[in-house]
This record gives sequence, C-alpha cells and structure tokens, in this order.
Amino acid sequence: MTIKNALIIGASSAIAQAVARRLASRGTALVLWSRSAARLEIIAADLRVKYDAKVFVEAFDLNDASLHQAALDRALAAQGPIDLALICHGNLPDQSACEKDFAIVEQAFRINCLGPLSLLTVLGNYFESQGRGCLAAISSVAGDRGRQSNYVYGTTKAALSTFLAGLRNRLYPKGVRVLTIKPGFVDTPMTAHLKKSPLFAAPNKVALDIIRAVETGACVLYTPWFWHWIMLIIRLIPEKIFRKLKM
Amino acid sequence: MRCRSWGRYPKTTETLKSLRWSTDPLPANDGLKVLPHGLGRSYGDVCLNQSGTLLVTAALDHLLAFDEQNGLLRCESGVSLDEVLRFLVPRGWFLPTTPGTKFVTIGGAIANDVHGKNHHRAGTFGCHVTQFELLRSNGERLLCSRDKNADWFAATIGGLGLTGLITWAEFKVRRMTNAWIEMESIKLDDLGDFFAITRESDHDYEYTVSWLDCMAKGKSLGLGIFMRGNHAKAGVGDLAPHGEPRLSIPLDFPSFALNGLSIRAFNTLYYARLRQRVTKAVVHYNPFFYPLDSINAWNRIYGSRGFFQYQFVVPFSVDDGAIREILKEIGDSGQGSFLAVLKTFGDIPSPGLLSFPRPGVTLALDFPNRGAETFRLFERLDQIVLQAGGRIYPAKDARMSAATFQASYPLWRKFTSYIDPAFSSSFWRRVTS
Ligand SMILES: Cc1cc2nc3c(=O)[nH]c(=O)nc-3n(C[C@H](O)[C@H](O)[C@H](O)COP(=O)(O)OP(=O)(O)OC[C@H]3O[C@@H](n4cnc5c(N)ncnc54)[C@H](O)[C@@H]3O)c2cc1C
Ligand SMILES: NC(=O)c1ccc[n+]([C@@H]2O[C@H](COP(=O)([O-])OP(=O)(O)OC[C@H]3O[C@@H](n4cnc5c(N)ncnc54)[C@H](OP(=O)(O)O)[C@@H]3O)[C@@H](O)[C@H]2O)c1
Repeated sequence: MTIKNALIIGASSAIAQAVARRLASRGTALVLWSRSAARLEIIAADLRVKYDAKVFVEAFDLNDASLHQAALDRALAAQGPIDLALICHGNLPDQSACEKDFAIVEQAFRINCLGPLSLLTVLGNYFESQGRGCLAAISSVAGDRGRQSNYVYGTTKAALSTFLAGLRNRLYPKGVRVLTIKPGFVDTPMTAHLKKSPLFAAPNKVALDIIRAVETGACVLYTPWFWHWIMLIIRLIPEKIFRKLKM
Repeated sequence: MRCRSWGRYPKTTETLKSLRWSTDPLPANDGLKVLPHGLGRSYGDVCLNQSGTLLVTAALDHLLAFDEQNGLLRCESGVSLDEVLRFLVPRGWFLPTTPGTKFVTIGGAIANDVHGKNHHRAGTFGCHVTQFELLRSNGERLLCSRDKNADWFAATIGGLGLTGLITWAEFKVRRMTNAWIEMESIKLDDLGDFFAITRESDHDYEYTVSWLDCMAKGKSLGLGIFMRGNHAKAGVGDLAPHGEPRLSIPLDFPSFALNGLSIRAFNTLYYARLRQRVTKAVVHYNPFFYPLDSINAWNRIYGSRGFFQYQFVVPFSVDDGAIREILKEIGDSGQGSFLAVLKTFGDIPSPGLLSFPRPGVTLALDFPNRGAETFRLFERLDQIVLQAGGRIYPAKDARMSAATFQASYPLWRKFTSYIDPAFSSSFWRRVTS
C-alpha cells in the first residue's frame, strides 16, 4: 500500500520521529499528535524545512478518551483521508516502584493501554467505514511473557497486543490491516538509563522495519528481526522452569 | 560513565544526561557542575568535565527554519555539520566554513569558534552566526546577536561551553552551483615555497591548506604539498551530497603500529602520489574537506593510551623563525607526527572573546601519547609559541599549563564574568587553577 497521509500519535517519541522523517522524505503528508505543543512545533518545523512536508499538528491529552473522536474529525477536515495511523506513545514504569505503589501501575495502564485502546476503537471504526488503511501500534516484546524485571510494563503491552489481534481479526474482511509492532531494545530516551548492548537497535532501523511492514500488510512485526526467534524460545520455556529463571 | 574526547586523553568519568528538547529547562541542579557535550570531536578536555555532568545534545537535532532569500539556516545546537550538508548541498548551498570533520555539532562549532581552509577569506564559523539562544542555569533564555546581548554573543562564541547552553543557532550559508571542488596540489620543496605559494594563492583561491612531512630535516624542512581549491564552476558536477563512511577501525590498534617507520611510509605515500609539481583534479567536497571522515573512529589507531594534537598559531614574521624552530624541534624529537597541517589565518576578526584564530600561521600535528617524553616536548614547543606571541588551540589541547593559557589569552579574566555558575569543564579548571 502507498502511504499518502499518515497520523502519528505520540509523535515526540524517538521512534515516531524516525518514522515521520522517513515518511515525510517520501512525500507523505502527516498529522502529528502529542501532549506537548512546543515539541510538536519543533518536530513539524524540522519536517517542513527538510522535506517541505505537509504537516498538521495538535496537542492534547492523548489518554483522555473523550477527546479522540473530535481530534480525528479535525485531522480529517484538515488533511483528508488517512491511510496509516500509528500509535507510539508509551511509558516504561520502574518495576520495583510498581511493586510498592499501585498508583504507578494504574498510570502505566492509562498511558500504554487504556489510552491506546480508546484510540484504536475510534480509529478502527473510521478505517472500517473507509474500507481500507492500516492501523498500527507499538507494543513490545515485553508483552510476550511476564518476567520479574518488567511484568507491569509487559502486562500493559500484552493487553495492547491482544486487543490488536482481535481488531485485526475483526477488520480483515473489511480490507483494513492491523499491525502489531514489537520492538526489542531500542536506543531511545525511554531506555537511556539502561546499559547499552549490541542488542540495542537504532530508532532509524526500527522505523524502516515499521514502514516496510505497513507496506507489505504484515500482521506482527518483531524489530529487529532476530527478536522473533528470541521470543519464540522464551515463549516455549515451560513455566515450571521459567519461574526459576532470573529474567 | 566513561566519556572520551577525540584524543582519548585524558580519561575522565562523568554523569551523562541527554537533553531531549531545546524548550526543556536544564536538568535540576544536583550540585555537580555541568558542561554541554556535542559529538566529542574536540581532542582534549574542553568537552570533558571530570566528576561532573555532561549535557549531551545529540537529541537536539531539528532544523527549525531556512530562509532561502537571505541564505540563513536556523537549527538546534545538536545538529551536526553532516546533517546540515545533507540538507544544504542538494539545494545548492554550502557551509560558510568547515573544520576538517563534518561530525561536529553546531553548538560545538560555535563554542570552539572553529575555522576551516577558507579562514583567509571567510574568518571563523562564528563570523557567520547571526543569532542564537543561550539557556542559563537560572532558567533565563538570552537571545544573542551582534545587536542584542552583544556581550553574551561575544563571550559564547569561542566560549568553550562555559557561558550556558546554546539551544539553537542561526547562521549564514553560501550558494554553490555544484558539490565539487576544482583543486590543485603543488609540491613544496621547503618552507619558503609554502609562504610564496600562499601569497600567490590567497587572493584567487578560496581554500588553501598544506600537508607537511615533519620527518624532513635540514634543507628539506617544509617538504610537503600545498592544496588549493575553489568551488567548481556550474556544469562541472552535480549537487549530490556525501555518503556514509565505509571503513571502520574496530579495535584499539596496538601502539607499536605507530613507530617512526610507519609514519615515514604514510608521509612518503602522500608525497609520492604527486609526480609532477602541480596536479589538478576535480574532487567531491567530501574527500576534499573531510579526508579522514571516510574511516570511522580512526582515532583508535593510536591505541588506548590516546594521542594529542598540537595546534598553535603564531603571528607572521619576516623570517618564519618560530615555525622553523618548531619543525626542527619536532623532527629532532623523533616523536614524529602522523599529520602535519600548515595554513595561514587571514585578518578577518573573530567575534569571540576567546576565539583562537588570529592573523598568522597555524600548524597542527598529531603525537602518540608517549608519556613524560611527549609532555616535555610540548613544554619546549609552548615556549617557542609564547616567545613568538602565539597561542595554542583549546579545542585540541589536553595539557597546556595555566601560565601558558593565561599569557596567551589575556581576555580570559574578562571572560570569567560570563561563565555560568553551574557550568565548568576539565579544561577550564586546568587552565585557571
Ligand atoms: C578530524 C578532525 C578534524 C578537525 N579539524 C578542525 C579544523 O579544521 N578546524 C577547527 O577549528 N577544528 C577542527 N577540529 C576540532 C573540532 O572542529 C572542534 O573540536 C569542534 O568544536 C567539535 O565539535 P563537537 O560537536 O564534537 O563538540 P565537543 O567536542 O563535544 O564540544 C566542544 C565544545 O563545545 C561546547 N558545546 C557543545 N555543544 C554546545 C552547546 N549546545 N552549547 C554550548 N556549548 C556547547 C562543549 O562544552 C565544548 O566546550 C577537528 C576535529 C577532528 C576530530
Ligand atoms: N525503547 C525501547 O527499547 C522500546 C522497546 C519496545 C517498545 N517500545 C515502545 O516504543 C514506543 C515509543 O517509545 P520510544 O522508545 O520512542 O521512547 P520515547 O522517545 O521516550 O517516547 C515515549 C513517548 O511516549 C510519550 N508519553 C509518555 N508518557 C505520556 C503520557 N502520559 N501521555 C502522552 N504521551 C506520553 C512521550 O511524550 P513526551 O515527549 O510528551 O514525553 C513520548 O512521545 C513506546 O510505546 C514504547 O513502549 C520501546
């Protein structure tokens, strides 16, 4: 599919910015949403200056479900029909803090899960009525199995992945593609506090993979590719053994 | 975390904090001194801050505005020249001046007020900066230009990152019709040749630089190649920008790889490429300005002990005594240098209070770190430079004494009043202690 007009939600994320630059460089018009107007202005300026891109930005609370439909209507009015919607925002809560304070768990669910589920609902209906397009969201390999080091984050992403799978199933006959994106470690501000290893990928590499997956109509993208095999093995370990592992 | 500058000396430990947005406030003050850090292409410790914090600007990588009418580019301070060129070149524009690597940030280019092969025609990078925003640790944002906050403008250009964080900057760019350079290489038999050809070239050639064989002694002192060039005329080439680096030096080279012999071989190679006295070529701007950028991390060739670059400028003199004396001293020391670059600076004044360039001759050479022996040689060279009324380039320095710095940068005391109280660097503590 060709992407003429894309909506990127959580546009200030490092991965989102890499996707936006790549799309803009190929002439895609963009609608960018994030919670910060100042950041959107900087991102949009860069895309306009470098690629002469057509960019429409709007800042609002992404996780306030009551705002989603109206924001979509404004975007459509400004920029026309959308071919791709990509949900990028997310939050990596500190696991040990989550164990002591449930409020942090709830917050992570609002950002990684509830907000995106509302967006997917609104956008799913839009794409369904349009009868074409691609709806994509960044989940994570962390959602493939609960591990002691980050199971709160993992659970939010698991819920997101499951929702996406159901939506994909529902919208397939309507000609709409739903893409679940599962990055491994990506070198972005979210992981700035982690020690870097060769497993870390650059946001640009992940962005390339995402765009290719959208174009080919893929269902689930592991990026970089080797995470597909790593997670396959991790999923196959019996729980009886897995519970003893330090992961 | 361990952080290193290009010379991999000194080895320091800092806390790294990545800045995300130029509109964000500086990270909360935790009592540690902070210092902006671009791409770490400075050779010594101007970009280091032992036991302090480095504010890494890599994510401040957005272009903000391009005024095609007046040739003005505005961007965040972490944007690299590499990215600027990828943007400018296909549109028929070029940098007003450029250092010998494109992997430096705009913030770094301003803070060291860098110079290029066209200094005699264009002055320093700071000469082309029209305005920037300076973020101070008290939260103040100063818009600085030649008219507004002019004293902060002057203190920050060449201000070694000590006056605050440059969040964004605007600078003039120049038109060009294609990405190629019409270049001439001329054999130099001695130092006299260099000065004669310089005089003859400065008027008609925008870019001039020479490579000297530092092992050459006696009558062949100053043996080398003079290179001069101009942007090629319309129709000679296209506007394709550069590609990615090809080669990479993966591991630390053992330091024995750099004995006198290999240096000699390298120098002869350069020299022997030229059979005739003058060779002409049309080359892409990338190999012309950035010959070393095609090898990733070439600084590792010097091994984990690191290396130094010694760059100084001395005013013009009738007998070029200082340059001769220094070349002789280096030749005699046998500590030979991998690269020796000689160039004249013109008389366009730098706007910066502490800017390095001044009218005269500048020489830059690399030295592997051989410990005390190397330091002693540098001390001797410093004396010759000071005697001649010259000075050493902070961007390349890791060892000059406080006395040497203060004697050759008399405005340093005035500069002190512009230093942000939360900012400091290893370099600054060294040269003011
Ligand atoms: C191969 C090679 C060739 C070179 N050739 C030349 C040359 O021809 N001419 C020349 O002049 N130099 C040359 N240099 C030196 C280089 O251009 C300078 O050291 C340059 O300043 C490095 O920029 P950087 O982004 O790496 O900054 P860094 O080295 O990381 O920092 C340099 C200084 O800038 C400050 N700084 C960085 N960002 C900001 C900011 N946003 N706000 C305030 N202060 C900031 C830092 O605190 C530090 O004091 C060369 C270096 C190499 C490795
Ligand atoms: N980095 C990795 O290793 C990795 C691995 C797997 C999956 N992922 C996922 O990839 C996606 C993008 O992350 P990234 O790596 O690009 O990190 P990032 O650059 O830190 O981006 C995080 C984004 O989430 C937004 N955000 C955070 N909290 C928010 C909130 N309460 N409301 C609205 N927006 C909020 C941020 O917006 P502000 O700019 O306004 O703060 C920012 O745009 C996330 O969903 C993440 O979970 C990342």
